[in-house]
Amino acid sequence: MKSRHKRLALVAGGVAVLGIAAALILNAFQSNLVFFYSPSQVAAHEAPHDRSFRIGGLVEQGSLQRQPDGVTVRFVVTDTAKSVPVLYAGILPDLFKEGKGVVAQGKLEADGVFHAREVLAKHDENYMPPEAADALEKARKAEHESQRTLVMERAKETPK
Amino acid sequence: MAFNWFKYSSPQTFYPLAGRLVPFFAVLAAVLGAIGLYIGFFVAPTDFQQGEAYRIIFIHVPAAWMSMFIYLVMAAWAALGLILNTRLSSMMATALAPTGALMTFLALWTGALWGKPMWGTWWAWDARMTSELILLFLYIGFMALQASIDDPRRADKAGAILALVGAVNVPIIYFSVKWWNTLHQGASISVGRSPSMASTMLLGMLVMALAYWMYSIAVTLMRVRSIILERERNTQWVRDLPGAPA
Repeated sequence: MKSRHKRLALVAGGVAVLGIAAALILNAFQSNLVFFYSPSQVAAHEAPHDRSFRIGGLVEQGSLQRQPDGVTVRFVVTDTAKSVPVLYAGILPDLFKEGKGVVAQGKLEADGVFHAREVLAKHDENYMPPEAADALEKARKAEHESQRTLVMERAKETPK
Repeated sequence: MAFNWFKYSSPQTFYPLAGRLVPFFAVLAAVLGAIGLYIGFFVAPTDFQQGEAYRIIFIHVPAAWMSMFIYLVMAAWAALGLILNTRLSSMMATALAPTGALMTFLALWTGALWGKPMWGTWWAWDARMTSELILLFLYIGFMALQASIDDPRRADKAGAILALVGAVNVPIIYFSVKWWNTLHQGASISVGRSPSMASTMLLGMLVMALAYWMYSIAVTLMRVRSIILERERNTQWVRDLPGAPA
C-alpha cells in the first residue's frame, strides 16, 4: 500500500465517520431542531406549556378578526387537522393572508389561546405570474365543480 | 486522445494557462450577468404573492448555490492536496475560500433584505439560516487558520482538515428545509420534480447562476496566480518571468 493510498483511505474513512456522527447527532436532536410546532403537536401536548415557543400552520380561511382597538387581531392557525386560536397586538407582515402560511411566537395561555409576541409570514416555494395563479385557481374550482356535478348526477341515477 | 492532465498540475505550467483562461471567463461572466439581470428585472413577470420584491431571488439563490458548491470544491481540492501532496491542489483550495465566503455573505445579506418585507423579520434562527451562517464561519475559520500558520505546507494541512470536517455542513444546509420545519420555504428546483417557477423566472435564475459560476472561476484563477507567485517566488521560473524584479 502506497502512502498516498493510505492517506486516501484515512481521508475517506474520516469523512465517512464524521458524516455518520453528524447524522446520529442530528437524529438525536431531531425534536429540538424544529422551528415551530404544528397545531396537532400542540393538541398532543408536545409543545412546551411553561415557556414561549413558535407555532406554525395556515391562517384558517375566514378566521381573521380585528378587535375594536385597531391593533389587536385574532385568527386561527390550522394544519387542517387541528387548530389553535391566536391573539396578537401589532403589525402583521405584508404576506399575512387567510389560507397562507404563518409562524407565530408566543405563549399558550391556560384558556387555550396562543398569545403571540411576533407574527411572521411563511410563503411557499411557488413563483408565478398572477395570471397563472388565477388560471390555476380557476382550474381547481372547475375541477371541484365538475366533481360535484358528477356526484350529483350519480346520486340522481341511483334508484331510490 | 492522449492528453497529459498532469502537465498542468504543476504551478509552473498552470500559471500561464490560468492567465490565458481568466479573460475568457471574465467576459462570459459580464455578458451572462448582464443578460441574467435583464431577464430578471425586465422580462420575468411579477410574482402572484410577493409582487416585485421576489426579484432579489436572481441574486440570492445563485449566491446560495455557489456558497455551498464552492465549499464542496474547496474541500475536494483540499483532500487532493492532503492525499497526493500536490502543491497546486492546496493553492486552489486557498484561492476558492474568499469567493466562497463572499457568496455566503451575499446569500445571507440578500436573504435578510428579502426576509424583512416578506416574512416580517431580518433574521430567524431556523435550520436553513443557522447552517448557512455556520458555513460563513467555516470559510472565515479556514482563511484565518491558514493565515495564522507561517509554514505553507502545515497551513495547507490544517486548513484541509478543517475544510473536510466542515463539508458535513453542506448537505445539512441543502436538506434543512426538508428534514425540519423552517421559516425558509422549500426548494423551488430539485431533482426529480418539475420546478415550481414560471419558465422565464427560472431562465433568469439559471443564467444568473451561470454568470456566478464564470465570475467565481475567473476570480479564483486570478487569485491562484497570485498565490503561485507568492509561494514560488524563490524559484528560477518565477524570476525568469517577464516583469520580474531583477
